[in-house]
Amino acid sequence: MTTPMQGIQARHQQALDQGRFLIQLCGACGRHVYFPRAVCPHCGADEPALVSPAGTGTVAAVTTIGRKPDAGGNYHVCLVDLDEGVRLLSRVEGLAPDAVAIGLRVRARVQVSEGKGLVVFDPEARDERRAAPGRPAAPSGGGLPGTAGQGQEGLQ
Amino acid sequence: MSVYPRPLPMTPQLKSLRGATAISGVGLFGNGETPGFTEVELLAEAAKRAVADAGLTMQDIDGLCTASVLSTMWPMPVIEYLGINPRFIDGTMLGGSSFVAHLLPAMLALQAGQCDNVLVCYGSTQRSGTMNRAAVAAARKQMDPQPYEMPYDPVFPVSAYAMATSQHMAKYGTTRRQLAQVAVSARDWARKNPDAFERGPLSIDDVLKARMVASPLTVRDCCLVTDGAGAFVLQRADAAKAGPKKPAYVLGTATACFNRQISSMPDLTITAASQSGAGAFAMAGLTPKDVQIAELYDAFTINTLLFLEDLGFCAKGEAGAFVESGAIGPGGSLPVNTNGGGLSCTHPGMYGIFTLIEAVQQLRGEAGERQVANVNVALAHGNGGTLSSQATAILGSADAL
Repeated sequence: MTTPMQGIQARHQQALDQGRFLIQLCGACGRHVYFPRAVCPHCGADEPALVSPAGTGTVAAVTTIGRKPDAGGNYHVCLVDLDEGVRLLSRVEGLAPDAVAIGLRVRARVQVSEGKGLVVFDPEARDERRAAPGRPAAPSGGGLPGTAGQGQEGLQ
Repeated sequence: MSVYPRPLPMTPQLKSLRGATAISGVGLFGNGETPGFTEVELLAEAAKRAVADAGLTMQDIDGLCTASVLSTMWPMPVIEYLGINPRFIDGTMLGGSSFVAHLLPAMLALQAGQCDNVLVCYGSTQRSGTMNRAAVAAARKQMDPQPYEMPYDPVFPVSAYAMATSQHMAKYGTTRRQLAQVAVSARDWARKNPDAFERGPLSIDDVLKARMVASPLTVRDCCLVTDGAGAFVLQRADAAKAGPKKPAYVLGTATACFNRQISSMPDLTITAASQSGAGAFAMAGLTPKDVQIAELYDAFTINTLLFLEDLGFCAKGEAGAFVESGAIGPGGSLPVNTNGGGLSCTHPGMYGIFTLIEAVQQLRGEAGERQVANVNVALAHGNGGTLSSQATAILGSADAL
C-alpha cells in the first residue's frame, strides 16, 4: 500500500474543486463517514474510501442569521442529513432563508467559485427543473430583511 | 461517535471520592465592564479573594487549574503572576465547561497527596479587551479551523445553538414563549442579585420582540458579553472542615464529550450532559430528586431546556412545559441559575466556574435576597464549545454526606 502524499482533507477538497462531492465509506463496518478523516469514527478502521453519495438528503436543522441589509441581508445555514446517513453543515439555495424548513428534501450541488468547490443544496423539486447544470445560480440568501416567511417559492 | 452513549465507568476508587474533597473558598471580581484591567489582573483579584475566603495565603496554593480562550499556555503566566510553584497543574481547555471539568483531576491529585490546596481560576476581558470578539473569531479560523463549517459563515456559537433549538421545537413542540420564559426566570433571579449585570425588568414579550440574532433566538435568548473573573479553592475534606467557611463537598462529578462541531453531533436534542450527569449522580449516589438547586450553563435559552432534560430533571421534550410553569424561577419547585445565570448575571466567555461559585454560596447560605431555603444538594453544570463538552458536579453541605 502506498502512502498518499496528501491528507484526506486536501484530496477531498481537490475533488470538490473539480466539481465532485465525495464522502467516505468504511470497508470494515459498512458505514458512511463525513467529514472525511483518516480513521473510521464508527469502528476505528483505517481510512475509509472516498465514494460518491447519491446527493439527496433532508434538512435536519435550520437557522436564519440576522444581517444588516447593506451587508447582504439575512441568510441561513442548515444541517443536511444525506440519505447515506451522514450530516453536514451547508445551505439551501433558491429559497428565502426562512423558507428552508426541517424535513425539506434537497439535492447536493458543487458550487465552484474562484477555483474553490463548496457543497450547497437545492430543493429537490427545483433541481429536477434546473436547466443549466454546472454553473452556480445567483448568490444565495437574499431574503428581504424584515419579511420573514415571504418568498416561499423564491427562485431567483 | 462510537462511544455514544456508553455509560461512564463507576469504580470503587471513583466512588470513594464522594465527599472526600470540598470547595473551601470562592472569589468573584470585575463582573461587567472593567476597562483598564488585563485578564491576569482580573484573575488575580478573584484568586486572592478565594484564597482568603479559604483561610489560606497564596503561598499555600500548591495546585493550579486554569484555562483561557486567548492564551494556549495560560497556566504558565498565571503561575508566574501569582508567584506560586504548584505540584499539580491542569490547563485542560474544554471551553466553558473547563472549570467544572477541572474538578475530577484535582480531586485525584488531592487524594494521591500530590498537592493540598488547589486553586481553580479564570479571568476574562471579553467585553472591554483590546482584542474584540470579532477579532478573536477571525483568529480562531486560523488557530482552530473548522473547514467543513466555516465556509458557510455560520456565526458561531449562536448558529449552532439556534439549530439545536430548531430541532427541539420541531421534535417536541417547544415554543419560543417557553424559551423566553428561561430568560425571564433568569432575570427574575438577577433582580435579587446586586452583582448581576442586567437587573432591569424583562417580560416574555421583551424577549420575543427583541432583535433576531439567529432564528429562533433573539438577542434576549443569548447570554451577556461581560468581563469578569472567578476562582475557588479545593481541599481535602478534613482541611476544608478546619477552614473558616462551611465546606461545599464534591459529592460527584463527571465530564463527557461526543464531538466538537455541531454538524458532528449525533442528535442536537441530546447533549453529552446525559453522560456527564449520569456519571456525576452515580458517584454521588443521588438522583435528580435529591437536588434542591441547579446552576446550568445558560449561554442560550435552549441550554437550560436541554440540560434540565439530559441531567434527568425532566423527561426528554418536557423541559419547555416545565419552565413555562414557573418551576425554575424564584419560588419555583427547582430554582435554576439563582445568580441570574449567563443570561442576566455574568458571561465573560467561559461561564462554568460561576455555576460552581453560586452553588457554593447557596450551600453556605450566603446568597442574600436570592438565597434558597434549606439547600443541601446543589448541581452545577458546565458546557463548552457548541454543545460539545459537558461537565457536571454535584455539591453538598455536611448534611448531605
